[in-house]
This record gives sequence, C-alpha cells and structure tokens, in this order.
Amino acid sequence: MQKQLNVSAIKDGTVIDHIPTKALFKVVQILKLDQFDNMVTFGNNLDSKVMGTKAIIKIANRYFEDEEVNKIALVAPNAKLNIIRNYEVVEKRVVQIPEQVNGIVRCFNPKCITNAENVYTRFQIINDKPIEMKCYYCEKITYENEIKIK
Amino acid sequence: MNKKNLISITDFSKEEYLRIMELSQKFEDNPNQSLLKGKVIATLFFEPSTRTRLSFETAINRLGGKIIGFSDSNSSSVSKGETLHDTIKMVSNYADLIIMRHPLEGSARYAAEVSDVPVINAGDGANQHPSQTLLDMYSIMKTQGRLNDINLFLVGDLKYGRTVHSLLMAMSQFKNPIFNFVAPPELAMPDEYKLYLSNKGIRYFEHLEFNNIINQADIIYMTRVQKERFIDPVEYEKVKNVYILKNEMLENTKPNVKILHPLPRINEIHTNVDGNPKAYYFTQAKNGVYTRMAIISHLLNLL
Repeated sequence: MQKQLNVSAIKDGTVIDHIPTKALFKVVQILKLDQFDNMVTFGNNLDSKVMGTKAIIKIANRYFEDEEVNKIALVAPNAKLNIIRNYEVVEKRVVQIPEQVNGIVRCFNPKCITNAENVYTRFQIINDKPIEMKCYYCEKITYENEIKIK
Repeated sequence: MNKKNLISITDFSKEEYLRIMELSQKFEDNPNQSLLKGKVIATLFFEPSTRTRLSFETAINRLGGKIIGFSDSNSSSVSKGETLHDTIKMVSNYADLIIMRHPLEGSARYAAEVSDVPVINAGDGANQHPSQTLLDMYSIMKTQGRLNDINLFLVGDLKYGRTVHSLLMAMSQFKNPIFNFVAPPELAMPDEYKLYLSNKGIRYFEHLEFNNIINQADIIYMTRVQKERFIDPVEYEKVKNVYILKNEMLENTKPNVKILHPLPRINEIHTNVDGNPKAYYFTQAKNGVYTRMAIISHLLNLL
C-alpha cells in the first residue's frame, strides 16, 4: 500500500492533530489563524482510527504557550500538539481545559447582558467532561453542545 | 477604594447576614435617621417595579438621603440608545450609591464592574434579587427569634422562583435547617439545589401536596403557580387548586408558624387567611424597608 501524507510536512512549527471535523473552523477562529502570515495548512475529513474522521492543522514556524492553546480544548478536548523541529517531532502535548474561559465563548442565555452589550465574557468551568461553564454575569450554565465562539 | 456591592445573595457572608439582621432591628426600633444626610442615592429602574422601588425609596428617605433616578427606561436616556455601560458610568459620577433593576440577567454584576460607587441589585431579570432574601430572613428571625433549626416549607413554583432559590442558599448557612418542598412535578426544585443541600448534609423532603404535613412547619413560604409555566394546560388545571392555602388548613399548625409570600399574591393564599395572626406577608413587606435601610448603611459603612 502506498503511504502518502495528506497534508505536507513542515520543517519547524506546530501540528494540531485529532481535531473533530466539526471543530476545525472553530479552532481557526479561537487561535486567530486567519490573521497569521505564517504558512498554515489544513486537512479536514481525514481518516482516523480513533475518531472515524478528523481534522489536522499545521502551522509553520509558530509555537504556542499552554494558555493560548488550551482555549481550543473547549471545542477539541482530545486535540494533540506535535512540536516539530527540523522535520522531527520533538515534543507531544495534550490540551487541557482551563479553569477560567475569558472572552472566547458566547453565553448561551439570550437574556444575558453579555449578549446585549459589548461585554468581555467570563466563565468558570464547573465540569470538564462534558464541559459545563458558568457565566460570571448571569450565573447561568452553558453546556458543551451549546458552546458558540464569539 | 474597597467598594462593597450586593449583587447576589452569596456575595454576603453569614456574618454579614447577621449584621443586616441586627441593623434591620435597630432601624425598626428607630426608623427616622439622618445617616444619609448630604448623600445622593440613584434608583435606576430600567423596568417598572412599584413595590421594590417604593420600598428602597422609603428606606432612603427614612435615612435622610436624597434620590435621583427613573422608574422606567422610557423616561431615561436608554430610550435614545445609550448603553448600560455609559448610563452607569455617568450616574456613578453623580451618586454615592446606585440601586438598579434591569430586565437583563447579569446586568447588575456588570454595572458593579463599571461603577465607581457601590451597586445594589434590585432584580436583574430572572437572576437575583438579594434584598428580597434578606427581608425574608429578617422576617424569619423576627417571628421565630432565630435562624438556626428552622423547618421551612417552600410551596408553589420551586423551579423558576428565584426567591425560593436564594432563600435556600442563604438559610443553608445556618445550623440544622429542614427544607420541605411542595410543588407539582413540572415546577419541582431543580436538581442543582437538591445536590447543593445533599453535599452540605442538609435534610430536605419533597411533597406533591401540603395539606397533611404543614403542622411541622415553622415557616410556610408561598409562591405563585403560574399557568404559563405549564406546557400542557390540562396539567395546570389538575394542580391549580392544590397549592392554595386556606384558613382551615392552618388549624393544627404550630403556634409559632408564619406564612410568608414575596407578593404580589394572586389567589395562592385565600383572602380568608389574611385575618389569621399566622399570616405575615404584609408585615414582611413592611420589614423590607428596615432591611433595605440596613443594606444601604452596611454598604456605605454608615454605622
């Protein structure tokens, strides 16, 4: 069987693997990849033994702080990061759901002040599997299946 | 400046609850004061609420303060499209304290962030209304002489009723409460509150009706079962008369029992209860003035 990479390899940078296919563009949004000048390649609906199908993102010449990348755990809790240097994987990292989620997610409650005025949203994670997050303002809980990125 | 606000009932510690009780008693004994002399208090009511606004404004007047504000958003700059942020920023330059009611949930917490002066939440949508809870507690304290060891019956809409949820949270800080929940299945106490009690080792019981069991109660807290809460109107018809308190039901109740209700009442307490000395809801509303005097004095460190 011919082996071939669906998404070409990068020399240095970060590969984010095991992203649920539906979450790909949310991850793009959360990490603001649309504003990057670096080479970014995406693959979606790729075969995955574990997930059935998955998405993958390769970002050349860019490494992320934990705090920055942990935000994607909200939509891709099983995502894995491969840190690449000179075509070699030098480190593997998993993402962790942060305790506080600030400014990324919209509160599901249509009557919440954060949906009426330009308020920076703040949530406390009260459960991580499945994700339940409590709005600092209206005190209502947004559940994993209701998460919308601002 | 270390600014204190009252947004949610859980913002106050048990010690602060007791402090409010003590101050409320002080103001009831001596209602006319000049502690707020020279101070300006803003009452911003973005939606109308006659009872709460008059109660707060009476409290301010009795403390000798001056009032600025509006009683509905049509008579404010909100009707011109001003944001809550800007309204609060401006008013906090004028007043020493802001009392606010707003239809959006979380608006009070946000206002407290924006404001340079303390904010009291007088109701943010269906979320919180902490001064109601404090006046409920003061009514319990006054009629029972204690906040520990209270057998509390919560009756009616326990699902959506914010007053019963806040009262449950606050009374759970005291020793040995017993909660009895009386509600139709559609309006039962949400699991999160039952879990909260279980985790604290507090006893609670659930009932579908209360006729045979209210002889155990120290406090019967009535709320309204609203037709619009039911998906199936037949279900409403079935239960609509189950949660109505009538005078004859009080015959074998404890001598110390008192009936509370956040008001307005529709028909859930029969008018034949009004003359019974166990009926306390109108005095409870009066207690609101003293409790609100206490809250204002506490937040502004007047005593």
